[in-house]
Amino acid sequence: MTQESSAIPLTGGTTGDGGGNPPPVASVPHLRVAHIRWNVGDFVFKHLTMLFAIGVLSLVFLMGYEMYAGSALTISKFGWNFLVTSVWDPVQEQYGALPLIYGTLLSSFLALLISLPLSLGVAIFLSELSPRWLERPLSFLVELLAAIPSIVYGLWGVFVLVPWLRVTVEPWLASHFGSLPFFKGPAYGFGMLAAGLILAVMVLPIIASISRDVLQAIPNLQREAALGLGATRWETTRVILSTAKSGILGATLLGLGRAVGETMAVTLVIGNRSEISASLFNPAYSMASVIANEFSEATSSMYTSALIEIAFVLFVMTIILNALARIIVWSVTRRFKTA
Amino acid sequence: MRSIDLATTSERKVMDVPSDQPSPAAKAGEPAKMVARNVDAFFGKTQALKKVSLEVATNRVLAIIGPSGCGKSTFLRCLNRMHEVASGTMKGTITLDGQNILQIDEVNLRRRVGMVFQKPNPFPTMSIFDNVAAGLRFNGHHNRKHLAEVVERCLRQAALWDEVKDSLNKSGMSISGGQQQRLCIARTLAVSPEVVLMDEPASALDPLSTAKIEELIYELKQNYTIAIVTHNMQQAARVSDMTAFFYLGELIEIGETKRIFTTPEKRQTEDYITGRFG
Repeated sequence: MTQESSAIPLTGGTTGDGGGNPPPVASVPHLRVAHIRWNVGDFVFKHLTMLFAIGVLSLVFLMGYEMYAGSALTISKFGWNFLVTSVWDPVQEQYGALPLIYGTLLSSFLALLISLPLSLGVAIFLSELSPRWLERPLSFLVELLAAIPSIVYGLWGVFVLVPWLRVTVEPWLASHFGSLPFFKGPAYGFGMLAAGLILAVMVLPIIASISRDVLQAIPNLQREAALGLGATRWETTRVILSTAKSGILGATLLGLGRAVGETMAVTLVIGNRSEISASLFNPAYSMASVIANEFSEATSSMYTSALIEIAFVLFVMTIILNALARIIVWSVTRRFKTA
Repeated sequence: MRSIDLATTSERKVMDVPSDQPSPAAKAGEPAKMVARNVDAFFGKTQALKKVSLEVATNRVLAIIGPSGCGKSTFLRCLNRMHEVASGTMKGTITLDGQNILQIDEVNLRRRVGMVFQKPNPFPTMSIFDNVAAGLRFNGHHNRKHLAEVVERCLRQAALWDEVKDSLNKSGMSISGGQQQRLCIARTLAVSPEVVLMDEPASALDPLSTAKIEELIYELKQNYTIAIVTHNMQQAARVSDMTAFFYLGELIEIGETKRIFTTPEKRQTEDYITGRFG
């Protein structure tokens, strides 16, 4: 402690500026000068980094504003109808984004439906049950899944997943559950089901690794409390899960944010047709895909404006989702840090 | 400080031992509740316990004292196989009512040998009521009326009922640390254990709460066999009938609390209780 307190003015004196100031002698007035100079350094340091931080923040607002301004044409022409009508016809200059919003939300929801139980299983195994020697390499591999570029997933989707769906899965679903509206129509392979599945694979590592972090943040005392009462492993895990549920919800929302914004992989397998259909076999479209596909052909200013407005809607949606998720995850980890 | 300690050794040896304690000999005829024979415990390659043999007498309080890292907590955890949770291993035998605890299903064993931990650890998402009822629910009891009866009885036993009876639906985290610890004791009692293990139950609490916990232990031994690990020697002297002194993983000495604190047989015990080390 004594070493630390004496080191502060000294470093201030020697590194405060590169100018030709004599090094401070260890006497009271000099120390005070050094102390002031240290504060100047701190002041610059603090405000410089603050400038960077504000820069990032203002970049977000600037992007939002630019997209809002860029979509002025369609906003003034269609108003809220842009969000609730279903005709997407660039030739007639009719732009209704409902099928795109529907496609984005449904494919993301499907992805969560499939990956949530799987991710939770992975997270529970890694944090509660796995022997230590297995936990690290397994966690690493799960996190590695998140690092694979989405185009690679998309390519795998086109050459492996889609043919498998077309030849095996969709005919099987149609023959067993064909009476349900979700499994009607010809088996294209490309379509909502393919998009949901590939998104499920992509969000699994996110939900799994964040849920694992949330579970591991819960103190061992909680597990011992349950075990000490004669709870089985399963009962203990249920207590832990109920403690972690808001954190897991946060992880799920982060996964949802990823699914909503995912572009390349979805574009390759979703079929790219702007239609609302109950059947998961049918081709659909998503907001991100329509931007990626049609931006290069958007020649008229109205067309461009429509695409930018879709980007704006997507932007707002993902920001809200992510903010919500972060808040939830923080609230959980903070509760246990202070406890 | 050291020299003063040495100078006052003789005074400090005589500690505040309640004289109205029933004499241990009164219950000498009863068989011991738990018996440990040649217990070794390991965490990885480190040996935490070496050939520990001792008995925990029925409806008595055994205090386990010793400096940090002497293995006293490990021994306590071996008694209900909680050491396995931290992937520890054990050699030797421990019996509960004559039955080897390794042959009892660990879940069952922990229902019979309950545990109170150093830090109060109520389940944070559960209400006060649900915290006490948690163990019963693990056991498959869901009858609301039965649960309510047990919850009230256990909260009364833990001397907490009057303080929380109007806020049973509040979070278990909303009460003070001392109340939380009594809540944890009530939770342990709810599954009707035969033995209650306490791992420094008052070390995170203020003196008033500590006093309440100690009174409680004194009450509880009417119905339960208790083993308590403590750093606080006055506490050991106040609450226990028997005291065991552990040092470096070995049991140095065990005996009637009064005798251990007045005329210890071993030099190390004397040094420890007089504050010469540890």
